[in-house]
Amino acid sequence: MKNKFVKAILVIVLGSALFTSCKPKNSGDAVSGDAAQRVYVAPGKYDEFYNFVSGGFSGQMSVYGLPSGRMLKVVPIFSQDPESGWGFSEETKPMLNTSEGFIPWDDQHHLELSQTNGEVDGRWIFANANNTPRIARVDLKRFKTAEIIELPNSAGNHSSPFITENTEYVVAGTRFGVPGDYENGDVPINTYKENFKGHISFIKVDKESGKMDLSFQLRLPGVNFDLSHAGKGKSHGWFFFTCYNSEQANTLLEVNASQRDKDFIMAVNWKKAEEYIKAGKGKIEKTKYAHNTWNDETHTGTSVIKDEVLVLDAMAMKDICYLMPCPKSPHGCDVDPTGEYIVGSGKLAALIPVFSFDKMINAIGKKDYEGDYEGIPVLKYNSVLHGEVQKPGLGPLHTEFDGKGNAYTTFFVSSEVVKWDIKTLKVLDRVPTYYSVGHLCIPGGDSKKPFGKYLIAYNKITKDRYLPTGPELTQSAQLYDISGDKMQLLLDFPTIGEPHYAQAAPADLIRNNGQLKIYDIKKNNHPRVAKGEKETKVVREGNKVHVYMTMVRSHFSPDNIEGIKVGDDVYFHITNLEQDWDVPHGFSIRRAQTAELLIMPGETSTLNWKPTKVGIVPFYCTDFCSALHQEMSGYIRVSPAGSNVPLSYSLGTNLPASSTK
Amino acid sequence: MKENNLTILSKVLLVIVGLLFIGSLFVPMWRIELDAPQYPEGLMLQLHANKIGGDVDIINGLNHYIGMATLHTENFFEFTILPYVFGTFAFISLILVFINNRKAVFGFLITFVLFVILSGIDFYRWNYEYGHNLDPNAAIKVPGMAYQPPLIGYKQLLNFGAYSIPDIGGWMLTGAGILLFVVVLKEFKFKKSI
Ligand SMILES: [Cu+2]
Repeated sequence: MKNKFVKAILVIVLGSALFTSCKPKNSGDAVSGDAAQRVYVAPGKYDEFYNFVSGGFSGQMSVYGLPSGRMLKVVPIFSQDPESGWGFSEETKPMLNTSEGFIPWDDQHHLELSQTNGEVDGRWIFANANNTPRIARVDLKRFKTAEIIELPNSAGNHSSPFITENTEYVVAGTRFGVPGDYENGDVPINTYKENFKGHISFIKVDKESGKMDLSFQLRLPGVNFDLSHAGKGKSHGWFFFTCYNSEQANTLLEVNASQRDKDFIMAVNWKKAEEYIKAGKGKIEKTKYAHNTWNDETHTGTSVIKDEVLVLDAMAMKDICYLMPCPKSPHGCDVDPTGEYIVGSGKLAALIPVFSFDKMINAIGKKDYEGDYEGIPVLKYNSVLHGEVQKPGLGPLHTEFDGKGNAYTTFFVSSEVVKWDIKTLKVLDRVPTYYSVGHLCIPGGDSKKPFGKYLIAYNKITKDRYLPTGPELTQSAQLYDISGDKMQLLLDFPTIGEPHYAQAAPADLIRNNGQLKIYDIKKNNHPRVAKGEKETKVVREGNKVHVYMTMVRSHFSPDNIEGIKVGDDVYFHITNLEQDWDVPHGFSIRRAQTAELLIMPGETSTLNWKPTKVGIVPFYCTDFCSALHQEMSGYIRVSPAGSNVPLSYSLGTNLPASSTK
Repeated sequence: MKENNLTILSKVLLVIVGLLFIGSLFVPMWRIELDAPQYPEGLMLQLHANKIGGDVDIINGLNHYIGMATLHTENFFEFTILPYVFGTFAFISLILVFINNRKAVFGFLITFVLFVILSGIDFYRWNYEYGHNLDPNAAIKVPGMAYQPPLIGYKQLLNFGAYSIPDIGGWMLTGAGILLFVVVLKEFKFKKSI
């Protein structure tokens, strides 16, 4: 007994000695002396890069400057934003409409900047909504969501929005296999293998306007599509998707979807798919999805429900899709700048397989198949493999490129970024991240022309990096300098939501893209605009009251309104008359049930308000606009329902007292 | 009679003077640049022969704090006259080539100088009027403060620095004046001795 106790102590002492001596170096120690200087952006100076970071469960996108890590803006996309009135104003509500009505939140994972010739062009950025399958286009002249399209036949819109090299298409692969909307969905869950299907959507993007259109969908086996990237250069015309759960399990996936040694990377020949569509091989299927567009001249969103989608059965076509075996639950799927190498990262694998596009084309030519998977040819692993990066780390997730022949892969389990040579597959350098890194981003790192210089790692856990804020800590990113042979940690900076994927581009590319400073009031075609104080009025239509109001430093017109009654449905259509950069005004009403509005110079926005109490209700400007901002306010008199107080409004003059009853 | 004729060079210069007068009709003549901490990009008021240009609306908006009257092209009779004045000047410059008389050129130079002096007085008068005649109900009142911009040069007006200088058109007119002076100088000083 005693002996055993001594042994146990010895084991613990020895074990901990061994453990402390092998303790890996902490990422906090890795900061070099002049890091602060290298991320310092002096007052009055601008950052070098814009970094667009997905907001995860916040549903929004945040914008940071690099290398400072300063947050510049949160752009509302899929979630309501009371700060700006997004999803609360009458004009923006249609933007969050879906085939199942208004859905005011989402889970935003990936972002993709538009490209021309495989290079980032700074025009738009696309965002996915994971929960209610949607794709948004944010206009980077305005930093405003311009379009949201819902995706039918999909569930868990994860492998999106990835684009082709001229932004011909935005693609979106479903994460969850589910029966198509055009099939009977009322089936036992354990009939997954027969009844569940996967659909990949191809959304066409208009070259000039950026307007999206759901062009067609591919009908595929019910596997989970995880991530994707388009081919480029020589592999332009192809798309690559990682697939997991090729076991097609429907319960306890953590065990049942990890059975096979290899899942797949699916290569899609979308040019071939286009040919089949042209030849009339697609089938129009019944469905329902919303397509919401923002009009910059009416300052209004419109939601249209569409009821058809063109579906091409890729399983029956045999030469659109090919599967490449990829070890253990592949996650990231990244194509190098030349378009030759496709990097698959198996979450559970201890190596990184790198596939060769040339070998793949060759193998397809020779029909070098090891069989098929529900009608889709499976290519032989060794025929398509360029090679494997040996012992890179544990849990490879995502890879980006610096344009100099190097790849950088994140390792979730071993919490590090590893730099390796794409051709020789030799590991060149590794740096620790704190803790459990997910995606990474190099400016232009998934394009034909990466800008190199910086790498940002987006981490899943933040313990001890920042001042604690209760059980929930801020989300986080880490900035590395990759301009030299060795990666160097420069900065930690907090982010909103859970950052997943991100994109970055040189600041000038975005700043000089025709960036908008104000909305031209002469081009304001909002149906209820008041282009000057003379056009302001209050109109009653039954129990609906429309207030055509203007705002200018430092008053509203009108600022006294009487004759509103309990039970009325009041719409404030407010136009900001300013034509001066950075002079928005805010509008808020006491006890407004929704939100405030933030209205840009020259813009018109509408707040709906339903008064429920008799009394005097003040309203005021919420965005400090001038020395007299505090004076920018007004009053509404709310009378009982059925009162005969006449409707009146004024600015600057007191009208004769209205009757009191 | 003969000594009153103009040299070829003078005639060419007169044509240039005429073109400068015409050109000045299409570009701003005068500019008042304003800058303040909250306007790092600056604000600009541009006076053309026929209108006020630049950031008029923004400046009007700002001026309401101190009770300055708002600026509107239609409130200035000058903008209806000036295009004709410059047109006439251009016409005279060209006609002088044919009149071919150095005394007439001298007369024109005197007229132009008088015009410039009058314009200066008129500009000063307007500046004085706008800078002093303030709304007694203005939000911001600084005792003894007037907001008269400088006739030419720089002046600090509260948090705004005002910089009043000729714009392209103004420089064209200056050039026209100088050329006229050169012609007169040459014709009267050197011609006699030859
Ligand atoms: Cu305001």
